[in-house]
Amino acid sequence: MFNPLLETPVILCPQHAAENIGFKVQKFKVCVQSSASCDTAHTSYFHHIGMEWLETFWATYSTLVLSIGTNVLLALSIYLTLACGLLTVANAAFMGIGAYTAALLSLQSSLPFHLSLLLGALLPAAVALLLGPPTLRLSGVYLAMATLAFGEIVRIFLLNAEGLTGGALGLNGIPQHSQWFDVALALSGALYVLLRFAGSQIGRTMAAICQDETATELMGLNVRAYKLFAFVLGAGLAGLAGGLNAHFTFFISPNEYGFDRGVEILAMGVLGGTGSPWGAVIGGVLITLLPEMLRGLGDYRPLINGLILIIIIIYSPKGIWDLTRYLHRRAAVD
Amino acid sequence: MLAQQFVNAISLGGVYALFALGFTLIFGVLNVVNLAHGAIFMLGAYTALQAVVLLKFPLALAMGAAIFVTGAAGWLLDRLIFAPLRARQAPHLAPMIATIGVAISLNSTIQGIFGAENLRFPVHGLAAEGLQFGGVQVTGLEIQIILLALILMAVLLWWLKHTRMGCALRALAESRKASALLGIDVEGLFRMTSVIAALLGGVAGVLIALYTNAVFPQMGQPMLHKGIAVVILGGMGDIRGALLGGFFLGCAEVFSVAYIGSTMRDAVAFGLLFAILLIRPQGLFGKAAERRA
Repeated sequence: MFNPLLETPVILCPQHAAENIGFKVQKFKVCVQSSASCDTAHTSYFHHIGMEWLETFWATYSTLVLSIGTNVLLALSIYLTLACGLLTVANAAFMGIGAYTAALLSLQSSLPFHLSLLLGALLPAAVALLLGPPTLRLSGVYLAMATLAFGEIVRIFLLNAEGLTGGALGLNGIPQHSQWFDVALALSGALYVLLRFAGSQIGRTMAAICQDETATELMGLNVRAYKLFAFVLGAGLAGLAGGLNAHFTFFISPNEYGFDRGVEILAMGVLGGTGSPWGAVIGGVLITLLPEMLRGLGDYRPLINGLILIIIIIYSPKGIWDLTRYLHRRAAVD
Repeated sequence: MLAQQFVNAISLGGVYALFALGFTLIFGVLNVVNLAHGAIFMLGAYTALQAVVLLKFPLALAMGAAIFVTGAAGWLLDRLIFAPLRARQAPHLAPMIATIGVAISLNSTIQGIFGAENLRFPVHGLAAEGLQFGGVQVTGLEIQIILLALILMAVLLWWLKHTRMGCALRALAESRKASALLGIDVEGLFRMTSVIAALLGGVAGVLIALYTNAVFPQMGQPMLHKGIAVVILGGMGDIRGALLGGFFLGCAEVFSVAYIGSTMRDAVAFGLLFAILLIRPQGLFGKAAERRA
């Protein structure tokens, strides 16, 4: 059910279309189920503080709220590399690795949920550590394409390793372990760390690499190490988001972590603005909420969604965060 | 058997090359990764299909209609999106994100009008009638695809190499500032590049729709991935590289299906791409740190 930017899942051939529609129906049922279980978990608490409206709100929108959380995590994961001027689109693949790792551990072992989440974040980070040194030598569009190719390889691997991943049918019946406080904790932790980075030597070095790589290197800074650090940390964040996401959507399949998801994550990062972690937050929230807010438009919802993206990017090419700063500055001058 | 596979590879590769040509032109001249190229490819296929079904056009005329409509789409794309972004000196990622919006809008509009199902050309016997060349079966459609692809490429290469305008375009790909100082109409050339790129994508769309006899709203998506792979293989922004890369990918796909198995077809293509990028980041045929159009 969740692919906010591109409402229709990747349909490579008509046969897949039927499957995908099947997926959707399945997941829709699941959402109802999941909100019901959340409902019982929080009923007493909400009643206690006299906020019944929150209870009905949560019953309807819990999946959406949790998705906003994981999408902002994904936006933060790409912010890390974009802030170094690295255009990588492997985040969807890292998210997939994390989601499959955590979900398989939950399904097939008795590890505690938070430990499987942690492993779901560590494995993509380890993969990034291996992938980073050869690929980060590339720059600009070539880096984007190499990471894109890597993403496709991961997707095709997940699709074909049927014994482990269930192939195109995906993994079903993942326990609903992700609670709002898990997502909130992960998100606030990531945001806190990244905001601290932004004001520290690490953040300034990353900004310097983005501005002029050669000059930064001439200053005696280890540009490669910083780039690898950002890449690995971003992969870990994406894996964490994938693990959290898998544990409230009940079902995952390889096509959720393909090209479209990668582009969607990139759109969150760029639309929000790469100047600050807050930009990623804005982008993640906006791209998740936009299709929901346009729900009344019916069939033409993706059309309007696309048009809004175009308009935002034309009028604020450096991202919405930049626009807000511009308005601030202008207000200060006036 | 081998010769037969080779014919298949050449016709598939020809379509890939045509598609990648448009993609690489936009990248080389406008410096934009145009993610809407797949949607324009799909628009070409739908236009030709509707021209045949609704207006009862013959195929050649339907192709003309597709060229006209996708060319117009290319004009609009530059007029409404790339030009304003150029005027604002947007960072290089901005137009790419805008083209995602274009692709979403175009796909959903087509899906809203014609539905998500797979449509077919009502032309029968296109692929059936064949010619025999010493045991190798070549259908009339394959010959037409190969010929059309080769002619379009030859015309484009000749035009770039030997006309004043082509020369101006190559200058523009090198340096926008220097071209403007030399009195080249930079904005006009940008717009024309967008039109040419879009109509090449449209022609590729019609050809692949005839070849696979399938037209559906998401058909541009896998093609876009392959187009990107081709352009990387050949070197970004390199016209001859896109041609060779197209045929190379066509061969890699057809032969991996024939000798390794169809499930690993895409894995072979992208694995190859990944390996090539690590060894030769500038592409198989490209030169380092140089852009050509």
